[in-house]
Amino acid sequence: MKRTVVHLRTPLGDEVLNLKAGERVELSGMVYTARDEAHLRMQKDGIPFDPNGAVIYHCGPVIQGKKVIAAGPTTSARMNEISGFLLDTGVRAFIGKGGMGSTMRKQLEGRGVYFAFTGGCAALASSHMTLKGVFYEDLGMAEAVWAIELDRLPLVVGIDAHGNDIFEAARQHAKEAFAEFSRRAR
Amino acid sequence: MKHENDPVFTALADATFMAYREAAIRLPPDVLKVIRRAAAAETSPVARGEFENILKNIDVAENLDVPLCQDTGIPVVYLTLPPDLPLTQSLYDAVAEGVRRATREVPLRPNVVDPLTRHNTNDNTGAGIPVIHVKPGETFTVTVLPKGAGAENSSRITMLLPSHVYGIEGFVVETMLHAEGKPCPPVFLGVGIGGTFDLAAGLAKEALLLPVDTMSAFEQQICDSVNKLGIGPMGLGGDFTALAVKVKTAGCHTASLPVAVNVQCWANRHTTVEVKR
Repeated sequence: MKRTVVHLRTPLGDEVLNLKAGERVELSGMVYTARDEAHLRMQKDGIPFDPNGAVIYHCGPVIQGKKVIAAGPTTSARMNEISGFLLDTGVRAFIGKGGMGSTMRKQLEGRGVYFAFTGGCAALASSHMTLKGVFYEDLGMAEAVWAIELDRLPLVVGIDAHGNDIFEAARQHAKEAFAEFSRRAR
Repeated sequence: MKHENDPVFTALADATFMAYREAAIRLPPDVLKVIRRAAAAETSPVARGEFENILKNIDVAENLDVPLCQDTGIPVVYLTLPPDLPLTQSLYDAVAEGVRRATREVPLRPNVVDPLTRHNTNDNTGAGIPVIHVKPGETFTVTVLPKGAGAENSSRITMLLPSHVYGIEGFVVETMLHAEGKPCPPVFLGVGIGGTFDLAAGLAKEALLLPVDTMSAFEQQICDSVNKLGIGPMGLGGDFTALAVKVKTAGCHTASLPVAVNVQCWANRHTTVEVKR
């Protein structure tokens, strides 16, 4: 079965509301990396880039000079409880791995989406990237906010703007399967 | 520096550098084989997309000579020393020197920090790091196993009741139930059974160095049970949550049954290089 691919370019607008969990997307345009420390700094000092339609990438890249060497996603769950303010300022999407919690699922409703990018695929990611700038470099390489231009990064919609979450579906399946396993083992 | 004229120091530092570089960029053949096999067998469309990215990533890393993953890990090193080579502090220093060079030149992400102040040493060494395990052998070899944090953080250890041997499988499956997509599945699971509290954990990590393209009936049974969870690649659902389970055992106290599970992401990176003196 050939799956169709939706092509999107940042800044994103209401087109994100049409995306469905499980859909394949190729994303182009500027994204901003942010991990734990950058979220705390942005909450305190304000967002250093235009957040309107922006996309946040949960990533601590390896940068050498002006090049992105390796830039796979980090575990998004660490940012579960500190990401809502970004949506309030106009951020439309997050990219990361592992999904986010029910708080974010609700906060995304009617506003934005969460894209999953394959964990560990840092070389593939960097082959779709051009480094454009940096904020908060004092936080160190992994925690700084890097402005990166994407050229068709292959993503999947993990959580859509209507409360559909494929991570949650897999989680529920795993819970039921484990309950079944435990019954048999007894 | 006092080591400059020591050929063993230089040879081991060079070999450690080469092993770390190779491990960060290319996967072992047996690991590649099981990833390709699973990619061909996976039936979930979303999971097939994840496998597609993984296979492309492996090619890009190889072609551009860049690390597979930005988490280039914490250095875990295994040395075998031939009978004529004494174990000295110089060997530990040489491995650390190789790690520092790899950090600068590959380059690797500086991951090692003080556990309390969280101050980054910026060269991937620190108190007790690199972790170095030494064993006697016929040849002088260095193995580098860079361990990423996502998978390491999902690892667990338990002291089961000795009468609960049947509980081993459940503990491994439960480990992945809790881990979900966090360790970057499809994972490899190293399982250490027996020994002491610390030995079980060590065995679990060493088990990740075993060939993963074959499994015993016991390993296969655990692997099948893990895959029934359906967590799938990256927790997005699918047939493959685990690619292989490898078990290492040791004798243990009659009143004990330690079981450790070391979770490893799909990038089961490790490289062994013979040190040429």
